[in-house]
Amino acid sequence: MESNILVTSELTRKFKSLTAVDHLNLIIPPGEVFGLLGPNGAGKTTTIKMLTTLLPPTSGNATVAGFDIINHASQVRRVIGYVPQLLSADGTLSGYENLLIFAKLYDLPRKEQSMRARGVLKFMGLTDSADKMVRTYSGGMIRRLEIGQSMLHHPQVLFLDEPTIGLDPIARNVVWDHLKRLCDDYGTTIFLTTHMMEEADNICQRVAIMHLGKVAAIGTPKELKASIGKKNATLDDVFIYFSGQTLDSGGSYRDTSRTRRVARRLG
Amino acid sequence: MTHLVPAGSPVGSANILPNQPAQKYNPVLQFIEKTFIIAELEVRKLLHDPTELVTRAIQPALWLLIFGEVFAQTRAIPTGNLNYIDFIAPGILAQSVLFIAIFYGIAVIWERDLGILHKFLASPASRGSLVLGKALSAGVRALTQEIIIFFLAFLLGVHINWSPLSLLIVTLVVILGASFFSTFSLIIACLVKTRERFMGIGQLLTMPLFFASNAIYPISLMPGWLQVISRFNPLTYMVDALRSVMVVGGISVTGLGLDLIVLLGATTILIIIGARLYPTIAY
Repeated sequence: MESNILVTSELTRKFKSLTAVDHLNLIIPPGEVFGLLGPNGAGKTTTIKMLTTLLPPTSGNATVAGFDIINHASQVRRVIGYVPQLLSADGTLSGYENLLIFAKLYDLPRKEQSMRARGVLKFMGLTDSADKMVRTYSGGMIRRLEIGQSMLHHPQVLFLDEPTIGLDPIARNVVWDHLKRLCDDYGTTIFLTTHMMEEADNICQRVAIMHLGKVAAIGTPKELKASIGKKNATLDDVFIYFSGQTLDSGGSYRDTSRTRRVARRLG
Repeated sequence: MTHLVPAGSPVGSANILPNQPAQKYNPVLQFIEKTFIIAELEVRKLLHDPTELVTRAIQPALWLLIFGEVFAQTRAIPTGNLNYIDFIAPGILAQSVLFIAIFYGIAVIWERDLGILHKFLASPASRGSLVLGKALSAGVRALTQEIIIFFLAFLLGVHINWSPLSLLIVTLVVILGASFFSTFSLIIACLVKTRERFMGIGQLLTMPLFFASNAIYPISLMPGWLQVISRFNPLTYMVDALRSVMVVGGISVTGLGLDLIVLLGATTILIIIGARLYPTIAY
């Protein structure tokens, strides 16, 4: 009886004494663009890593497209696409090759591999740079290529971890446009994390605000803004309201150094 | 079930496109295919930027030219029926394969730091095929060393055994050796997780592996304790196998059959361990 594309039940991950994700329960219907918001260290990336089968949960479980992430991890991997927060395109290959390798890894029919890779390049507006080395790409181009890699096999759920981190506003808008088109054209469910309220407001149908491993609030951006009882509230206000307004909440030295490195490389 | 698919198929709704019916995948075929895709990736990278291969050729060239030539003059090392330069050429081939493979883990850490590794782990390729694919990738790089060293050895007048069978065995041993040491390196990378620590350990391992082997002198010259250690060193079996087939008149001390069994067995065990550890580096 699975009418939802993604369901987590009491999903928990501990790292030694730290509980990064604490009994998380989420239900996401197919075709939704869902945003997981929260400050650094709230557990967003850990959640995505569990849902993409990169990290086993300490307890609890989740299903993606009806497959259980613990016992059917390999089936889950076939129906999802994943764009890590970090830079994940290979700079020493051309854009086309980056796509071709993934077309092969996802068992696209041999005859279609090249065609599909070219199609994605076109969809992402990268046809002119297809055969250039990715290390010569701009940040926005790299992100589009990475999203392209993750949608080659037309996944049912696309996981994006901070998709626009380190991008300038123009590049950001281009990425958003492509994500929207992806949902419209293919009905892909999108699960993204961000700490940019504007991003959530712009493209997410529903958002959850995560704080210290738990969901502090969930709803449409409109509902959340209405819920805090402040006139003309923005999602920024909602974010601060639910995430405890602390300046020093989480995010280790290593996280920070990574985030900055990604920002620098993409920027 | 999901209502994403217009056709509304059962569990097979894994595929959105109608032209992509639900498939059963043969796990063995899948494993082999994915392994070769990872190796193909390496070949493509090499073709884009072959400069590394040239710089990699310098060190073995120095060993052969300087160390080899000087020690050939002294005639201090009893190398049986081989002259010293013939004796050392297979050792230097093994050494350069070791050097190229033992730092392979650094690439794994690099890919983890970038996020490339995460994407591969979230793809349908099995962990085993990713690790074996990496091992074969190191094998591909090592093959370029084989070509370079054969060329250098030829110039230096080494009596190379050009029979196709021996060339085939040399190639097999080079790939096996590179697979073993690169997977060993991958396992260390998974355990230490940072580049700094890895570099330290890599440096620490390379020289003892090299000197506690028969690469540049026969085991019979070593003190007793070192002889024992060298018997546990896979490099010894690699050198022995290469020496027995690569040069005219080369003789195996441990036996080519045993050499191949040790290398194949040790590599298999490491691949299995590596496949278990590999996902943990992405945590």
